[in-house]
Amino acid sequence: MSPPGFYTIFWREMLSVRKKPLKFLAGSLIMPVLYLITFGWGLGRGMRVQGLDYLLFVLPGIIALSAMNNSFSGVAVTLNISKLYYRTIEEILVSPVGPWSIALGRVLAGCFKGLFSAGMLMLISLFLDAGVRYSVPFLLVLFLTCLVFASLGVLAGMLARSHEDMTNFTSFIVLPMAFLSGTFFPPEQMPEPFASLIMIYPLTHAAVSLRSLTAGAGVPLISLTVMVAYAGLFFYLGGRAIKTMEL
Amino acid sequence: MIRTEDLTKRFGQLTAVDRLKLSIGHGEIFGLLGPNGAGKTTTIRMLTTLAKITAGRAWVRGHDVAKAPLAVKRVIGVAPQGLNLEIELTAVENLDYHGRLHGMPRHERRARASELLVFVDLSGKKDVPVDQFSGGMKRRLLIARALMHRPQILFLDEPTVGLDPQIRRKIWGLIQALKSQGVTVLLTTHYIEEAEALCDRVGILRKGRLIALDAPAGLMENVGKYAVEAEGQNGMDIRFFKERAEAVSYAGGIRRDVTIRKTNLEDVFLSLTGEKIGE
Ligand SMILES: Nc1ncnc2c1ncn2[C@@H]1O[C@H](COP(=O)(O)OP(=O)(O)OP(=O)(O)O)[C@@H](O)[C@H]1O
Ligand SMILES: [Mg+2]
Repeated sequence: MSPPGFYTIFWREMLSVRKKPLKFLAGSLIMPVLYLITFGWGLGRGMRVQGLDYLLFVLPGIIALSAMNNSFSGVAVTLNISKLYYRTIEEILVSPVGPWSIALGRVLAGCFKGLFSAGMLMLISLFLDAGVRYSVPFLLVLFLTCLVFASLGVLAGMLARSHEDMTNFTSFIVLPMAFLSGTFFPPEQMPEPFASLIMIYPLTHAAVSLRSLTAGAGVPLISLTVMVAYAGLFFYLGGRAIKTMEL
Repeated sequence: MIRTEDLTKRFGQLTAVDRLKLSIGHGEIFGLLGPNGAGKTTTIRMLTTLAKITAGRAWVRGHDVAKAPLAVKRVIGVAPQGLNLEIELTAVENLDYHGRLHGMPRHERRARASELLVFVDLSGKKDVPVDQFSGGMKRRLLIARALMHRPQILFLDEPTVGLDPQIRRKIWGLIQALKSQGVTVLLTTHYIEEAEALCDRVGILRKGRLIALDAPAGLMENVGKYAVEAEGQNGMDIRFFKERAEAVSYAGGIRRDVTIRKTNLEDVFLSLTGEKIGE
């Protein structure tokens, strides 16, 4: 049995994870745990938002955020390094594995990393006695969130022509999105036009959907549509970038 | 096996490869020889589908490189100039990964990997991570990796660059062994001895242009098989002669220190361009 191309790409990324499990574990957990401590306990103790304990409110936001961060950088950074520094991407490009398989394999690896860190957070939250409930739809939305940002990671990793490009992309696009996307506060709380503007961010829809699910309500259709559309668009552009790349 | 017609690559104003015309036969070891920046790597990158062809055409085993890149990728093996091994992985993992990329089933990957590790004399290091390898070990693994899926055509970009003579000879031996297995090899080098020792035919590249193409012996005969070097006012004076007797009688008439020796490919390049290949 010979493995399909996308699986080989995925397998290769997972091999790195398996080789350095502690590094991977620490890397996935440090940011979300810091957020959890700062906003959940430090700032938010005793605070109530939308009639909820702030911890309960902010938790889905932090889970979305950490899914985003880990799926995005888990793809973008390694891909960029493999393109610019080690040139190991050329080894794949002279093999019969096509650009869409490369994109898919990388995206799945990103999803694993995003889901892993989100899953660890969910596990921690069960011990915090915050009273959140997780469900299958919650996991599905989380997976969709990872798809969006892992695909964006492929696109960013391919487009960045230097390490500096990559840092700029993170500082000017990813970081503002992390803070403004209704992860730490309800998006409606912003004055217009910002309240509407941040609805452009896919992360806003992820946070809103996950929060709605933990509160026992459904997922807003519009949010679901927006996320699916972003996932499709980013995946297409990422695959295209691999296909047309000239090193 | 490899054919190009007016193959051209431009980077903005710079023409890196200029209307290259080549035809390389089955089982041939063909060398592209030229100084730094001559366009050797760029040629290989076009033929291996990594760089877009600006103008002209190229075929690898009958497949048009621009139109059927996938068909080309199935029959070629590539060992690039930069060592792009997965340094985090061990030697055997690198080979296994390559085999997977080429859709080889597990038992075949295992068998082929151990066979190749013996071939390049790295069996003892198979479970060592590649970042602990020396330059020569990495080069040999790079060649083994390129051979993993049994390609019919092998591209070796500077297979011995920066290696000491002993390891270089070892790699030459490997390449010669491939020839006996019927593999077609296109290699690049800027080492004169390498081209002479290994290649059935050599194409000399300078500033993107092919300025000579023949068997090494043919190229040298064309210039004159014998070289007479004498110390002149400004460096060495070299003259070439077709016949041994002519060279000897010329040397006899010179009062300074003289050397008579066989012509080499460096001399060929020198007489074609007035420059040296190295440095
Ligand atoms: N990506 C690129 N963008 C712009 N110019 C390039 C690029 N790649 C190569 N060149 C230029 O094309 C010319 C040919 O380069 P190439 O790498 O093919 O030379 P080479 O014969 O392989 O040299 P070397 O012996 O140093 O490896 C050089 O002038 C080089 O600067
Ligand atoms: Mg080169």
